[in-house]
Amino acid sequence: MTDRTDGAKAVSNEDKVKVDLEAAPARAIASDSQRPAAPTPQDVAQVTSPAIADPILDVRSLSLWYGTSQALNRVSLVIPSKRITAFIGPSGCGKSTLLRCINRLNDLIDEVRIEGDVRLEGRSIYDPSLDVNALRKRIGMVFQKSNPFPKSVFENVAYGPRIQGVNDRRRLEHIVESSLRGAALWDEVKDRLADSALELSGGQQQRLCIARAIAVEPEVILLDEPCSALDPIATAKIEELMMELKEQYTLVVVTHNMQQASRVSDYTAFLYLGELVEYQETEKLFINPVKKQTEDYITGRFG
Amino acid sequence: MERLHRHFQERLDLLSEKILRLGGLVEQAIGKSVRALVERDSALAHDVIAHDGDADRLELEIDELCMELLALQQPMASDLRFITTAMKIAPDLERIGDHAVNIGERTLEINNEPPLAPLIDISAMARRAQEMVRGALDALVRRDGAAARAVIAMDDELDIRMEQVFRSLLSYMIEDPGTISRALRLTFVAKYFERIGDQATNVCEQIVYMTEARVIKHPGVSTQAKREPLE
Repeated sequence: MTDRTDGAKAVSNEDKVKVDLEAAPARAIASDSQRPAAPTPQDVAQVTSPAIADPILDVRSLSLWYGTSQALNRVSLVIPSKRITAFIGPSGCGKSTLLRCINRLNDLIDEVRIEGDVRLEGRSIYDPSLDVNALRKRIGMVFQKSNPFPKSVFENVAYGPRIQGVNDRRRLEHIVESSLRGAALWDEVKDRLADSALELSGGQQQRLCIARAIAVEPEVILLDEPCSALDPIATAKIEELMMELKEQYTLVVVTHNMQQASRVSDYTAFLYLGELVEYQETEKLFINPVKKQTEDYITGRFG
Repeated sequence: MERLHRHFQERLDLLSEKILRLGGLVEQAIGKSVRALVERDSALAHDVIAHDGDADRLELEIDELCMELLALQQPMASDLRFITTAMKIAPDLERIGDHAVNIGERTLEINNEPPLAPLIDISAMARRAQEMVRGALDALVRRDGAAARAVIAMDDELDIRMEQVFRSLLSYMIEDPGTISRALRLTFVAKYFERIGDQATNVCEQIVYMTEARVIKHPGVSTQAKREPLE
Protein backbone atom coordinates (compact mmCIF):
# COMPACT_ATOMS: atom_id res chain seq x y z
CA MET A 1 0.00 0.00 0.00
CA THR A 2 1.23 3.43 -0.81
CA ASP A 3 1.59 6.26 1.63
CA ARG A 4 0.10 9.30 -0.01
CA THR A 5 -0.15 11.76 2.89
CA ASP A 6 2.48 14.18 1.62
CA GLY A 7 0.88 14.54 -1.76
CA ALA A 8 -2.61 14.92 -0.33
CA LYS A 9 -1.48 17.79 1.89
CA ALA A 10 0.02 19.64 -1.04
CA VAL A 11 -3.12 19.20 -3.09
CA SER A 12 -5.33 20.61 -0.37
CA ASN A 13 -3.44 23.90 -0.53
CA GLU A 14 -5.59 25.91 -2.94
CA ASP A 15 -3.01 28.44 -4.08
CA LYS A 16 -0.23 26.04 -4.62
CA VAL A 17 0.00 24.46 -8.02
CA LYS A 18 3.49 23.10 -7.77
CA VAL A 19 2.27 19.78 -6.54
CA ASP A 20 5.21 17.49 -6.38
CA LEU A 21 3.98 14.67 -8.50
CA GLU A 22 7.23 14.11 -10.19
CA ALA A 23 8.39 11.52 -7.75
CA ALA A 24 5.93 8.79 -8.66
CA PRO A 25 5.74 6.54 -5.62
CA ALA A 26 6.56 2.86 -5.87
CA ARG A 27 3.35 0.91 -6.11
CA ALA A 28 2.30 -2.69 -6.35
CA ILE A 29 -1.15 -3.94 -7.24
CA ALA A 30 -2.64 -5.79 -4.31
CA SER A 31 -1.84 -9.49 -4.58
CA ASP A 32 -4.12 -12.42 -3.79
CA SER A 33 -3.07 -12.52 -0.18
CA GLN A 34 -4.53 -9.05 0.25
CA ARG A 35 -7.86 -9.96 -1.22
CA PRO A 36 -10.81 -10.68 1.06
CA ALA A 37 -10.35 -13.64 3.37
CA ALA A 38 -11.56 -17.13 2.48
CA PRO A 39 -15.28 -17.68 2.92
CA THR A 40 -16.62 -19.09 6.18
CA PRO A 41 -18.20 -22.59 6.25
CA GLN A 42 -21.71 -21.08 6.40
CA ASP A 43 -20.84 -19.14 3.33
CA VAL A 44 -19.83 -22.28 1.47
CA ALA A 45 -22.98 -24.14 2.55
CA GLN A 46 -25.14 -21.68 0.68
CA VAL A 47 -24.87 -22.87 -2.87
CA THR A 48 -25.55 -20.28 -5.50
CA SER A 49 -27.80 -21.45 -8.29
CA PRO A 50 -29.12 -19.86 -11.46
CA ALA A 51 -32.78 -19.46 -12.27
CA ILE A 52 -33.74 -22.30 -14.62
CA ALA A 53 -36.72 -21.52 -16.81
CA ASP A 54 -37.34 -24.95 -18.32
CA PRO A 55 -36.13 -27.72 -15.99
CA ILE A 56 -36.04 -31.39 -16.97
CA LEU A 57 -34.02 -32.97 -14.15
CA ASP A 58 -34.26 -32.08 -10.50
CA VAL A 59 -31.56 -33.44 -8.20
CA ARG A 60 -32.76 -33.11 -4.61
CA SER A 61 -30.45 -33.30 -1.64
CA LEU A 62 -28.64 -36.28 -3.12
CA SER A 63 -26.12 -38.09 -0.93
CA LEU A 64 -24.21 -41.20 -1.88
CA TRP A 65 -21.93 -43.52 0.01
CA TYR A 66 -19.58 -46.16 -1.37
CA GLY A 67 -19.49 -48.40 1.69
CA THR A 68 -18.60 -46.01 4.49
CA SER A 69 -17.05 -43.30 2.35
CA GLN A 70 -19.37 -40.53 1.33
CA ALA A 71 -18.99 -39.44 -2.29
CA LEU A 72 -21.85 -36.95 -2.51
CA ASN A 73 -23.19 -34.75 0.25
CA ARG A 74 -26.69 -33.33 -0.17
CA VAL A 75 -26.28 -32.12 -3.74
CA SER A 76 -29.26 -30.22 -5.14
CA LEU A 77 -29.47 -28.77 -8.60
CA VAL A 78 -31.94 -28.29 -11.40
CA ILE A 79 -30.86 -29.14 -14.94
CA PRO A 80 -32.47 -27.23 -17.80
CA SER A 81 -34.02 -28.87 -20.82
CA LYS A 82 -32.21 -28.68 -24.18
CA ARG A 83 -29.16 -27.01 -22.76
CA ILE A 84 -25.65 -28.25 -22.00
CA THR A 85 -24.83 -28.45 -18.34
CA ALA A 86 -21.24 -29.18 -17.31
CA PHE A 87 -19.98 -30.66 -14.05
CA ILE A 88 -16.44 -29.62 -13.22
CA GLY A 89 -14.14 -30.12 -10.27
CA PRO A 90 -10.90 -31.84 -9.28
CA SER A 91 -10.54 -35.63 -9.38
CA GLY A 92 -12.61 -37.30 -6.71
CA CYS A 93 -15.00 -34.38 -6.29
CA GLY A 94 -18.00 -36.56 -7.12
CA LYS A 95 -18.83 -35.19 -10.55
CA SER A 96 -18.87 -38.59 -12.31
CA THR A 97 -20.73 -40.16 -9.39
CA LEU A 98 -23.38 -37.47 -9.67
CA LEU A 99 -23.68 -38.03 -13.42
CA ARG A 100 -24.07 -41.77 -12.94
CA CYS A 101 -26.86 -41.21 -10.42
CA ILE A 102 -28.91 -39.57 -13.14
CA ASN A 103 -29.45 -42.84 -15.01
CA ARG A 104 -29.01 -45.08 -11.96
CA LEU A 105 -25.74 -46.51 -13.17
CA ASN A 106 -24.52 -46.58 -9.59
CA ASP A 107 -27.12 -49.26 -8.88
CA LEU A 108 -24.74 -51.68 -10.51
CA ILE A 109 -22.08 -51.10 -7.87
CA ASP A 110 -22.17 -53.12 -4.66
CA GLU A 111 -22.39 -51.37 -1.32
CA VAL A 112 -23.72 -48.13 -2.72
CA ARG A 113 -26.23 -46.30 -0.56
CA ILE A 114 -28.17 -43.35 -1.90
CA GLU A 115 -30.29 -40.77 -0.11
CA GLY A 116 -32.25 -37.96 -1.65
CA ASP A 117 -33.88 -38.05 -5.04
CA VAL A 118 -33.51 -37.35 -8.74
CA ARG A 119 -36.65 -36.44 -10.62
CA LEU A 120 -37.03 -36.63 -14.37
CA GLU A 121 -39.86 -34.37 -15.44
CA GLY A 122 -41.32 -34.48 -11.97
CA ARG A 123 -41.13 -38.23 -11.44
CA SER A 124 -38.62 -39.89 -9.13
CA ILE A 125 -36.20 -42.10 -11.03
CA TYR A 126 -35.64 -44.06 -7.81
CA ASP A 127 -39.33 -44.98 -7.61
CA PRO A 128 -39.30 -48.79 -7.06
CA SER A 129 -42.06 -49.24 -9.65
CA LEU A 130 -39.97 -47.55 -12.34
CA ASP A 131 -38.48 -49.71 -15.10
CA VAL A 132 -34.75 -48.99 -15.08
CA ASN A 133 -34.32 -50.09 -18.68
CA ALA A 134 -37.03 -47.68 -19.77
CA LEU A 135 -35.25 -44.97 -17.77
CA ARG A 136 -31.95 -45.66 -19.52
CA LYS A 137 -33.71 -45.41 -22.85
CA ARG A 138 -34.80 -41.91 -21.89
CA ILE A 139 -31.38 -41.04 -20.46
CA GLY A 140 -28.54 -42.23 -22.66
CA MET A 141 -24.86 -42.22 -21.81
CA VAL A 142 -21.53 -41.77 -23.54
CA PHE A 143 -18.38 -42.79 -21.69
CA GLN A 144 -14.82 -41.53 -21.52
CA LYS A 145 -13.44 -44.49 -23.40
CA SER A 146 -15.43 -45.16 -26.52
CA ASN A 147 -16.95 -48.62 -26.20
CA PRO A 148 -18.47 -49.74 -29.49
CA PHE A 149 -19.69 -53.31 -29.62
CA PRO A 150 -17.43 -55.66 -31.62
CA LYS A 151 -19.97 -55.56 -34.44
CA SER A 152 -20.42 -53.64 -37.63
CA VAL A 153 -20.99 -49.90 -37.67
CA PHE A 154 -24.59 -50.55 -38.73
CA GLU A 155 -25.28 -53.07 -35.99
CA ASN A 156 -23.85 -50.82 -33.31
CA VAL A 157 -26.44 -48.17 -34.07
CA ALA A 158 -29.27 -50.64 -34.80
CA TYR A 159 -28.67 -52.49 -31.54
CA GLY A 160 -30.86 -50.30 -29.31
CA PRO A 161 -33.83 -50.08 -31.68
CA ARG A 162 -33.61 -53.85 -32.23
CA ILE A 163 -33.97 -54.62 -28.52
CA GLN A 164 -36.90 -52.29 -28.53
CA GLY A 165 -38.49 -54.54 -31.09
CA VAL A 166 -37.77 -52.71 -34.33
CA ASN A 167 -37.07 -55.40 -36.90
CA ASP A 168 -38.17 -53.87 -40.15
CA ARG A 169 -35.01 -53.53 -42.27
CA ARG A 170 -36.10 -50.31 -43.97
CA ARG A 171 -36.97 -48.72 -40.68
CA LEU A 172 -33.66 -49.77 -39.15
CA GLU A 173 -31.77 -48.36 -42.13
CA HIS A 174 -33.59 -45.12 -41.69
CA ILE A 175 -32.81 -44.95 -37.96
CA VAL A 176 -29.14 -45.81 -38.55
CA GLU A 177 -28.73 -43.15 -41.21
CA SER A 178 -30.48 -40.40 -39.26
CA SER A 179 -28.60 -41.29 -36.06
CA LEU A 180 -25.25 -41.27 -37.86
CA ARG A 181 -26.15 -37.98 -39.49
CA GLY A 182 -27.18 -36.64 -36.09
CA ALA A 183 -23.78 -37.65 -34.74
CA ALA A 184 -22.02 -35.97 -37.70
CA LEU A 185 -20.55 -39.31 -38.74
CA TRP A 186 -22.66 -40.36 -41.74
CA ASP A 187 -20.47 -38.88 -44.46
CA GLU A 188 -17.40 -40.59 -43.04
CA VAL A 189 -18.91 -44.07 -42.64
CA LYS A 190 -21.73 -44.36 -45.16
CA ASP A 191 -19.59 -46.62 -47.35
CA ARG A 192 -18.29 -48.63 -44.39
CA LEU A 193 -21.50 -49.58 -42.62
CA ALA A 194 -20.66 -53.28 -42.75
CA ASP A 195 -17.10 -52.80 -41.47
CA SER A 196 -16.26 -53.50 -37.87
CA ALA A 197 -16.80 -50.48 -35.62
CA LEU A 198 -13.44 -51.22 -34.02
CA GLU A 199 -11.70 -50.17 -37.25
CA LEU A 200 -12.88 -46.57 -36.86
CA SER A 201 -10.61 -43.91 -35.39
CA GLY A 202 -11.00 -42.93 -31.73
CA GLY A 203 -12.95 -39.79 -32.55
CA GLN A 204 -15.19 -41.67 -34.98
CA GLN A 205 -15.80 -44.39 -32.39
CA GLN A 206 -16.87 -41.76 -29.87
CA ARG A 207 -19.27 -40.23 -32.38
CA LEU A 208 -20.54 -43.74 -33.12
CA CYS A 209 -21.32 -44.12 -29.41
CA ILE A 210 -23.23 -40.83 -29.59
CA ALA A 211 -25.11 -42.14 -32.64
CA ARG A 212 -25.89 -45.32 -30.71
CA ALA A 213 -27.19 -43.23 -27.83
CA ILE A 214 -29.46 -41.09 -29.99
CA ALA A 215 -30.78 -44.06 -32.02
CA VAL A 216 -33.24 -44.83 -29.21
CA GLU A 217 -34.41 -41.21 -29.11
CA PRO A 218 -33.50 -40.34 -25.53
CA GLU A 219 -34.40 -37.05 -23.86
CA VAL A 220 -31.15 -36.67 -21.98
CA ILE A 221 -27.61 -37.63 -22.97
CA LEU A 222 -25.02 -37.96 -20.23
CA LEU A 223 -21.41 -37.61 -21.34
CA ASP A 224 -18.64 -38.68 -18.99
CA GLU A 225 -15.36 -37.08 -20.11
CA PRO A 226 -16.27 -37.72 -23.74
CA CYS A 227 -13.14 -36.10 -25.19
CA SER A 228 -10.42 -36.96 -22.73
CA ALA A 229 -9.00 -39.65 -25.01
CA LEU A 230 -9.26 -37.59 -28.19
CA ASP A 231 -6.91 -35.25 -30.03
CA PRO A 232 -7.86 -31.56 -30.47
CA ILE A 233 -9.45 -32.01 -33.89
CA ALA A 234 -11.61 -34.94 -32.82
CA THR A 235 -12.43 -32.98 -29.64
CA ALA A 236 -13.54 -29.98 -31.68
CA LYS A 237 -15.83 -32.23 -33.75
CA ILE A 238 -17.46 -33.67 -30.64
CA GLU A 239 -17.88 -30.20 -29.14
CA GLU A 240 -19.48 -28.92 -32.32
CA LEU A 241 -21.73 -31.96 -32.33
CA MET A 242 -22.77 -31.26 -28.73
CA MET A 243 -23.80 -27.74 -29.70
CA GLU A 244 -25.97 -29.20 -32.46
CA LEU A 245 -27.44 -31.94 -30.27
CA LYS A 246 -28.74 -29.50 -27.71
CA GLU A 247 -31.35 -28.36 -30.23
CA GLN A 248 -33.06 -31.68 -29.56
CA TYR A 249 -31.59 -33.17 -26.40
CA THR A 250 -30.59 -32.20 -22.91
CA LEU A 251 -26.87 -32.76 -22.45
CA VAL A 252 -25.01 -33.18 -19.19
CA VAL A 253 -21.24 -33.43 -19.49
CA VAL A 254 -18.57 -34.21 -16.96
CA THR A 255 -15.23 -32.79 -17.94
CA HIS A 256 -11.76 -32.34 -16.54
CA ASN A 257 -11.16 -29.76 -19.17
CA MET A 258 -12.31 -26.37 -17.94
CA GLN A 259 -11.85 -24.78 -21.36
CA GLN A 260 -14.22 -27.40 -22.75
CA ALA A 261 -16.83 -26.59 -20.10
CA SER A 262 -16.47 -22.89 -20.83
CA ARG A 263 -16.65 -23.41 -24.59
CA VAL A 264 -19.67 -25.67 -24.86
CA SER A 265 -21.85 -25.47 -21.77
CA ASP A 266 -24.67 -23.10 -20.89
CA TYR A 267 -24.55 -23.88 -17.18
CA THR A 268 -21.67 -25.10 -15.07
CA ALA A 269 -21.68 -26.78 -11.68
CA PHE A 270 -18.48 -26.83 -9.63
CA LEU A 271 -18.19 -29.70 -7.17
CA TYR A 272 -15.59 -30.14 -4.50
CA LEU A 273 -15.24 -32.99 -2.00
CA GLY A 274 -18.69 -34.30 -2.80
CA GLU A 275 -20.43 -30.97 -2.37
CA LEU A 276 -21.88 -28.63 -4.91
CA VAL A 277 -19.99 -25.39 -4.35
CA GLU A 278 -21.40 -23.22 -7.09
CA TYR A 279 -23.83 -23.61 -9.97
CA GLN A 280 -24.13 -20.75 -12.43
CA GLU A 281 -24.60 -19.70 -15.97
CA THR A 282 -21.29 -20.70 -17.53
CA GLU A 283 -20.29 -17.20 -18.51
CA LYS A 284 -20.87 -15.89 -15.01
CA LEU A 285 -19.03 -18.76 -13.40
CA PHE A 286 -15.92 -18.26 -15.50
CA ILE A 287 -15.87 -14.46 -15.48
CA ASN A 288 -17.18 -13.68 -12.04
CA PRO A 289 -17.60 -16.66 -9.74
CA VAL A 290 -19.29 -15.93 -6.43
CA LYS A 291 -17.37 -18.42 -4.30
CA LYS A 292 -13.70 -18.12 -3.50
CA GLN A 293 -13.29 -21.90 -3.86
CA THR A 294 -14.59 -21.68 -7.42
CA GLU A 295 -12.31 -18.74 -8.19
CA ASP A 296 -9.31 -20.62 -6.80
CA TYR A 297 -10.11 -23.73 -8.83
CA ILE A 298 -10.79 -22.10 -12.18
CA THR A 299 -7.81 -19.77 -11.93
CA GLY A 300 -5.62 -22.79 -11.16
CA ARG A 301 -4.80 -21.74 -7.62
CA PHE A 302 -5.78 -25.06 -6.11
CA GLY A 303 -7.24 -28.42 -7.03
CA MET B 1 -2.99 -24.80 -1.67
CA GLU B 2 -1.19 -22.32 -3.93
CA ARG B 3 -0.28 -24.39 -6.92
CA LEU B 4 -0.76 -21.82 -9.63
CA HIS B 5 1.87 -22.13 -12.28
CA ARG B 6 4.76 -20.09 -11.02
CA HIS B 7 5.47 -18.88 -14.51
CA PHE B 8 1.90 -17.60 -14.95
CA GLN B 9 2.06 -15.75 -11.64
CA GLU B 10 5.38 -14.19 -12.61
CA ARG B 11 3.92 -12.96 -15.91
CA LEU B 12 0.89 -11.53 -14.11
CA ASP B 13 3.20 -9.75 -11.67
CA LEU B 14 5.20 -8.38 -14.58
CA LEU B 15 1.99 -7.06 -16.14
CA SER B 16 1.04 -5.29 -12.89
CA GLU B 17 4.49 -3.81 -12.73
CA LYS B 18 4.37 -2.51 -16.30
CA ILE B 19 0.91 -0.97 -15.86
CA LEU B 20 2.05 0.79 -12.71
CA ARG B 21 5.25 1.95 -14.35
CA LEU B 22 3.21 3.43 -17.19
CA GLY B 23 0.91 5.09 -14.66
CA GLY B 24 3.90 6.47 -12.79
CA LEU B 25 5.48 7.87 -15.98
CA VAL B 26 2.25 9.56 -16.98
CA GLU B 27 1.67 11.00 -13.53
CA GLN B 28 5.18 12.41 -13.61
CA ALA B 29 4.66 13.89 -17.09
CA ILE B 30 1.51 15.73 -16.01
CA GLY B 31 3.26 17.09 -12.91
CA LYS B 32 6.10 18.41 -15.04
CA SER B 33 3.85 19.88 -17.71
CA VAL B 34 1.79 21.73 -15.09
CA ARG B 35 4.93 23.16 -13.54
CA ALA B 36 6.31 24.12 -16.95
CA LEU B 37 3.07 25.97 -17.70
CA VAL B 38 2.72 27.78 -14.38
CA GLU B 39 6.39 28.66 -14.01
CA ARG B 40 6.86 29.40 -17.71
CA ASP B 41 9.67 26.86 -17.73
CA SER B 42 10.39 26.00 -21.38
CA ALA B 43 13.24 23.63 -20.54
CA LEU B 44 10.87 21.53 -18.45
CA ALA B 45 8.29 21.57 -21.27
CA HIS B 46 10.98 20.25 -23.65
CA ASP B 47 11.78 17.55 -21.11
CA VAL B 48 8.15 16.32 -21.07
CA ILE B 49 8.01 16.21 -24.86
CA ALA B 50 11.31 14.33 -25.09
CA HIS B 51 10.23 11.52 -22.78
CA ASP B 52 6.92 10.60 -24.43
CA GLY B 53 8.46 7.60 -26.19
CA ASP B 54 8.87 5.77 -22.86
CA ALA B 55 5.10 5.63 -22.32
CA ASP B 56 4.49 4.61 -25.93
CA ARG B 57 6.91 1.72 -25.61
CA LEU B 58 5.34 0.54 -22.34
CA GLU B 59 1.90 0.57 -23.90
CA LEU B 60 3.11 -1.74 -26.68
CA GLU B 61 4.82 -4.03 -24.19
CA ILE B 62 1.61 -4.25 -22.15
CA ASP B 63 -0.34 -5.18 -25.28
CA GLU B 64 2.12 -7.92 -26.14
CA LEU B 65 2.12 -9.32 -22.63
CA CYS B 66 -1.69 -9.37 -22.44
CA MET B 67 -1.96 -11.17 -25.77
CA GLU B 68 0.61 -13.69 -24.60
CA LEU B 69 -1.28 -14.35 -21.36
CA LEU B 70 -4.63 -14.68 -23.14
CA ALA B 71 -3.27 -17.00 -25.81
CA LEU B 72 -1.06 -19.21 -23.69
CA GLN B 73 -2.67 -19.31 -20.27
CA GLN B 74 -6.42 -19.11 -20.90
CA PRO B 75 -6.96 -16.99 -17.79
CA MET B 76 -10.25 -17.17 -15.93
CA ALA B 77 -12.27 -15.14 -13.44
CA SER B 78 -10.31 -12.35 -11.68
CA ASP B 79 -7.16 -13.09 -13.71
CA LEU B 80 -9.17 -12.66 -16.91
CA ARG B 81 -10.73 -9.43 -15.66
CA PHE B 82 -7.34 -8.09 -14.62
CA ILE B 83 -5.73 -8.82 -17.99
CA THR B 84 -8.58 -7.34 -20.04
CA THR B 85 -8.55 -4.32 -17.74
CA ALA B 86 -4.83 -3.87 -18.32
CA MET B 87 -5.43 -4.02 -22.08
CA LYS B 88 -8.11 -1.39 -21.90
CA ILE B 89 -6.48 1.08 -19.51
CA ALA B 90 -3.02 1.08 -21.06
CA PRO B 91 -4.16 3.18 -24.07
CA ASP B 92 -5.99 5.57 -21.73
CA LEU B 93 -2.88 6.03 -19.62
CA GLU B 94 -0.73 6.50 -22.68
CA ARG B 95 -3.20 9.09 -24.01
CA ILE B 96 -2.97 10.98 -20.74
CA GLY B 97 0.78 11.10 -21.36
CA ASP B 98 0.09 12.50 -24.83
CA HIS B 99 -1.99 15.27 -23.28
CA ALA B 100 0.93 16.15 -21.00
CA VAL B 101 3.04 16.45 -24.15
CA ASN B 102 0.38 18.67 -25.75
CA ILE B 103 0.39 20.88 -22.67
CA GLY B 104 4.18 21.10 -22.98
CA GLU B 105 3.89 22.11 -26.65
CA ARG B 106 1.30 24.83 -25.93
CA THR B 107 3.47 26.01 -23.04
CA LEU B 108 6.41 26.53 -25.40
CA GLU B 109 4.18 28.63 -27.69
CA ILE B 110 2.66 30.57 -24.81
CA ASN B 111 6.11 31.32 -23.41
CA ASN B 112 6.98 33.18 -26.62
CA GLU B 113 4.53 35.91 -25.65
CA PRO B 114 3.99 37.93 -22.46
CA PRO B 115 1.66 36.37 -19.84
CA LEU B 116 -2.01 36.93 -20.56
CA ALA B 117 -3.56 36.70 -17.14
CA PRO B 118 -3.21 34.82 -13.87
CA LEU B 119 -3.89 31.13 -14.51
CA ILE B 120 -6.14 30.66 -11.52
CA ASP B 121 -8.87 28.54 -13.08
CA ILE B 122 -6.51 26.57 -15.26
CA SER B 123 -4.36 25.88 -12.21
CA ALA B 124 -7.39 24.55 -10.40
CA MET B 125 -8.18 22.30 -13.38
CA ALA B 126 -4.60 21.06 -13.43
CA ARG B 127 -4.80 20.21 -9.76
CA ARG B 128 -8.08 18.36 -10.13
CA ALA B 129 -6.89 16.41 -13.19
CA GLN B 130 -3.75 15.38 -11.30
CA GLU B 131 -5.81 14.26 -8.34
CA MET B 132 -7.97 12.15 -10.61
CA VAL B 133 -5.03 10.42 -12.28
CA ARG B 134 -3.40 9.82 -8.94
CA GLY B 135 -6.69 8.56 -7.46
CA ALA B 136 -7.19 6.21 -10.41
CA LEU B 137 -3.73 4.71 -9.95
CA ASP B 138 -4.25 4.31 -6.21
CA ALA B 139 -7.60 2.59 -6.83
CA LEU B 140 -5.84 0.27 -9.27
CA VAL B 141 -3.11 -0.53 -6.77
CA ARG B 142 -5.57 -1.31 -4.02
CA ARG B 143 -8.09 -3.01 -6.33
CA ASP B 144 -10.59 -0.66 -4.74
CA GLY B 145 -13.84 -0.18 -6.67
CA ALA B 146 -15.23 2.36 -4.19
CA ALA B 147 -12.13 4.56 -4.55
CA ALA B 148 -12.48 4.34 -8.34
CA ARG B 149 -16.10 5.49 -8.10
CA ALA B 150 -15.00 8.43 -5.93
CA VAL B 151 -12.57 9.50 -8.66
CA ILE B 152 -15.29 9.31 -11.30
CA ALA B 153 -17.44 11.65 -9.19
CA MET B 154 -14.68 14.28 -9.43
CA ASP B 155 -15.03 14.61 -13.18
CA ASP B 156 -18.07 16.92 -13.13
CA GLU B 157 -16.11 19.68 -11.45
CA LEU B 158 -13.54 19.55 -14.21
CA ASP B 159 -16.24 19.99 -16.84
CA ILE B 160 -17.68 22.99 -14.99
CA ARG B 161 -14.22 24.58 -14.64
CA MET B 162 -13.64 24.09 -18.35
CA GLU B 163 -16.74 26.17 -19.06
CA GLN B 164 -15.55 28.91 -16.68
CA VAL B 165 -12.11 29.04 -18.28
CA PHE B 166 -13.64 29.25 -21.71
CA ARG B 167 -15.92 32.17 -20.74
CA SER B 168 -13.17 34.15 -19.09
CA LEU B 169 -10.77 33.65 -22.01
CA LEU B 170 -13.54 34.60 -24.42
CA SER B 171 -13.97 37.92 -22.64
CA TYR B 172 -10.25 38.62 -23.08
CA MET B 173 -10.51 37.90 -26.78
CA ILE B 174 -13.57 40.13 -27.20
CA GLU B 175 -11.95 43.02 -25.39
CA ASP B 176 -8.62 42.79 -27.15
CA PRO B 177 -8.06 40.80 -30.34
CA GLY B 178 -4.32 40.95 -29.59
CA THR B 179 -4.88 38.25 -26.95
CA ILE B 180 -6.50 35.79 -29.31
CA SER B 181 -3.53 33.54 -30.01
CA ARG B 182 -2.59 33.26 -26.33
CA ALA B 183 -6.20 32.85 -25.22
CA LEU B 184 -6.81 30.12 -27.80
CA ARG B 185 -3.71 28.24 -26.67
CA LEU B 186 -4.84 28.47 -23.07
CA THR B 187 -8.27 27.16 -24.11
CA PHE B 188 -6.51 24.16 -25.60
CA VAL B 189 -4.60 23.63 -22.38
CA ALA B 190 -7.82 23.70 -20.37
CA LYS B 191 -9.33 21.22 -22.80
CA TYR B 192 -6.38 18.87 -22.33
CA PHE B 193 -6.98 18.84 -18.59
CA GLU B 194 -10.63 18.17 -19.17
CA ARG B 195 -9.72 15.23 -21.42
CA ILE B 196 -7.26 13.91 -18.83
CA GLY B 197 -10.20 13.83 -16.42
CA ASP B 198 -12.25 11.86 -18.96
CA GLN B 199 -9.46 9.37 -19.46
CA ALA B 200 -8.99 8.94 -15.71
CA THR B 201 -12.73 8.29 -15.58
CA ASN B 202 -12.40 5.56 -18.24
CA VAL B 203 -9.61 3.96 -16.24
CA CYS B 204 -11.75 4.03 -13.10
CA GLU B 205 -14.78 2.53 -14.85
CA GLN B 206 -12.54 -0.32 -15.88
CA ILE B 207 -11.24 -0.73 -12.33
CA VAL B 208 -14.82 -1.06 -11.11
CA TYR B 209 -15.30 -3.80 -13.70
CA MET B 210 -12.12 -5.53 -12.60
CA THR B 211 -13.04 -5.51 -8.93
CA GLU B 212 -16.81 -5.91 -9.04
CA ALA B 213 -17.37 -7.48 -12.50
CA ARG B 214 -19.93 -4.74 -13.02
CA VAL B 215 -20.04 -2.54 -16.11
CA ILE B 216 -20.81 1.06 -15.15
CA LYS B 217 -20.01 2.90 -18.36
CA HIS B 218 -22.87 3.89 -20.65
CA PRO B 219 -25.60 3.50 -18.00
CA GLY B 220 -29.00 2.66 -19.42
CA VAL B 221 -27.62 0.88 -22.47
CA SER B 222 -28.45 -2.82 -22.64
CA THR B 223 -26.54 -5.32 -24.75
CA GLN B 224 -27.60 -8.33 -26.75
CA ALA B 225 -24.25 -9.96 -27.32
CA LYS B 226 -24.97 -12.93 -25.10
CA ARG B 227 -24.53 -16.17 -27.00
CA GLU B 228 -26.84 -15.23 -29.79
CA PRO B 229 -25.97 -16.67 -33.17
CA LEU B 230 -25.05 -14.16 -35.83
CA GLU B 231 -27.71 -14.19 -38.48
